[in-house]
Amino acid sequence: MNNNFIKYLYGIADNSLILGQRLGELTGHAPSLEVDIALTNISLDLFGQVRSYFQYAAQLSEDDITEDDLAFLRTEREYLNVLLVEQPNTDFAYTIARQFLFDHFHMLLMTEMQKSKDETLVAIAKKSIKEVSYHKRFSSDWIKRLGDGTEESKQRIQKAVNDLWRFTDELFHTTEADEAMIKEGIAVDVKMLKDVYYKNVNEVLETATLEVPELKYFQKGGKEGIHSEHMGFLLNDMQYMQRTYPGMKW
Amino acid sequence: MSEKEVKNLEEIFEAKIARDEKIEPKDWMPEKYRKTHIRQMSQHAHSEIVGMLPEGNWISRAPSLRRKVALLAKVQDEAGHGLYLYSATETLGISRDELYEQLHSGKAKYSSIFNYPTITWADIGAIGWLVDGAAIINQVPLCSTSFGPYARAMVRVCKEESFHQRQGYEIMLTLCNGTEEQKQMAQDALNRWWWPSLMMLGPTDDASTHTEQSMKWKLKRKTNDELRQQFIDQTVPQADILGITVPDEDLKWNEETGHYDFGEINWDEFWQVVKGHGPCNKERLQTRVNAWENGEWVRDAALAYAEKQSERKVKQAI
Amino acid sequence: MENKKEWPLWEIFVRSKNGLEHRHFGSLHATDAEMALENARDVYTRRSEGVSIWVVESSNITASNPDHNGELFEPAQDKVYRHPTFYDLPDEVKHM
Repeated sequence: MNNNFIKYLYGIADNSLILGQRLGELTGHAPSLEVDIALTNISLDLFGQVRSYFQYAAQLSEDDITEDDLAFLRTEREYLNVLLVEQPNTDFAYTIARQFLFDHFHMLLMTEMQKSKDETLVAIAKKSIKEVSYHKRFSSDWIKRLGDGTEESKQRIQKAVNDLWRFTDELFHTTEADEAMIKEGIAVDVKMLKDVYYKNVNEVLETATLEVPELKYFQKGGKEGIHSEHMGFLLNDMQYMQRTYPGMKW
Repeated sequence: MSEKEVKNLEEIFEAKIARDEKIEPKDWMPEKYRKTHIRQMSQHAHSEIVGMLPEGNWISRAPSLRRKVALLAKVQDEAGHGLYLYSATETLGISRDELYEQLHSGKAKYSSIFNYPTITWADIGAIGWLVDGAAIINQVPLCSTSFGPYARAMVRVCKEESFHQRQGYEIMLTLCNGTEEQKQMAQDALNRWWWPSLMMLGPTDDASTHTEQSMKWKLKRKTNDELRQQFIDQTVPQADILGITVPDEDLKWNEETGHYDFGEINWDEFWQVVKGHGPCNKERLQTRVNAWENGEWVRDAALAYAEKQSERKVKQAI
Repeated sequence: MENKKEWPLWEIFVRSKNGLEHRHFGSLHATDAEMALENARDVYTRRSEGVSIWVVESSNITASNPDHNGELFEPAQDKVYRHPTFYDLPDEVKHM
């Protein structure tokens, strides 16, 4: 069971890790100082969650490992985040669309995780849900501002939503490890969240006067460790110190 | 207003400052006071904002999760401090957009130190230890400066900044207790950041044009040279604890004066950087301009949305 | 500067945990009250400084004119009978 549990934790933690990393790239570059501070806050929340998950995973593991080994020393194929969160900060519209599409999922996930049989996960979910509901408010508000703002902003955010939509289906896929943990009553069965997710997301898009994309084909792979080409460069940055100076303390 | 009336107002004004009373935005103030404050406060704000960039350069590469969140929080604080200071400057009747315009056009200056590159992780330690150390020495006296909004902003800034220097020193300490390679990294960072940190405290007193007036208005409590001496006196023992060497052959404790004697500062380099020819001047400014220009459509959209919303509210009310 | 519109300025008041009244913390820019509240949360309560936030658009604040400080505030200075120390009581009287 331990192996499946750890893999399940990777999946959830890596989403926060990689999205936090992406947001961290924006510190100092946002459209206004106020927005800069807000994006960094979200990044900090996500990294806080990552540390809780990884400290727990390290504790469950039979090997002598730390949160940093998990964050920085796996190979690309061992990161199990969804493709959505690794997509680059193409512009503010992409940043917001990515955040929005993830936050609505994250909120449902944290809500359900509070019912897990695992006490630690329940505790993490209870703490995270307050953060995540703020993220969701922030990104949904910005979807509305951009959607119902100017002609240019509407075009840009619509394009970002359209482009990122193909990554949303993967949020509701489960791996073998996930299924095993669902049976144990520990993992959330994300398949069950799909309908309410699209209902919530579509509602906001409609309020924002945006069109809900209609897509037949979706991308997947992240959850099995098969990532987009962006991922290698992201890891290159993130793992730079650990790879260049192996085994040192910082 | 007659000359006599103005002179009278000026006397009341100076007396107020001498009594340690605060000048508030709506109070009468000499035009020169207003201009000087806009210049110094916005320069201070710009330094915070540009100062985010050299450290932000290492957020994505921070070597541990603990270091990463600490660095993120620190750079975020700098955004906050920039914001407090811009807001305080705005009380003098200039908008944040105008202040940005001055920065982007190169008219306004910011601290010369941020035009040096951060090329190793140790630079993040050195900046926290030395640059924030020098900044604190500069800033603490400003908590009791004469202009109320500036003094209040500085109280907040100083309170929040106390963790920055400790964070930097802890990074240096970890490196110096680490492998030989890490210790060398720390030494190399000290070598590169020491002299720019001394320069950061400003030109020598005989070359500084603003000191006397600034003293009177409590924009300054000590001269640049006094601040520099204070910085050196408190930093050298900290370097000793780290076990790394300050890159100054003339540095020596002077029993008689009770201070460290130190070597000649390369002021040519300082003026070169101030005039825009430091290693990263162009990149820093371009990055700020890009962020601002790329964000324009976002800011416009938010305004347009707010206008539409308030129109809708009015319609509903009717 | 060409005729660019800036996000309006808002004044931020925060009530801290200890039950004291809302205090002026500073200002920031936002396009509407909702955004001002969100920004205030991120800018002014990063270190859990507060439990309640008020935001007021700066242009809605009417401030007293310092030129009138004499007529506004000085007349109160000689009304010493408003302060408890005005009244002489023997030392034996306790709890008063």
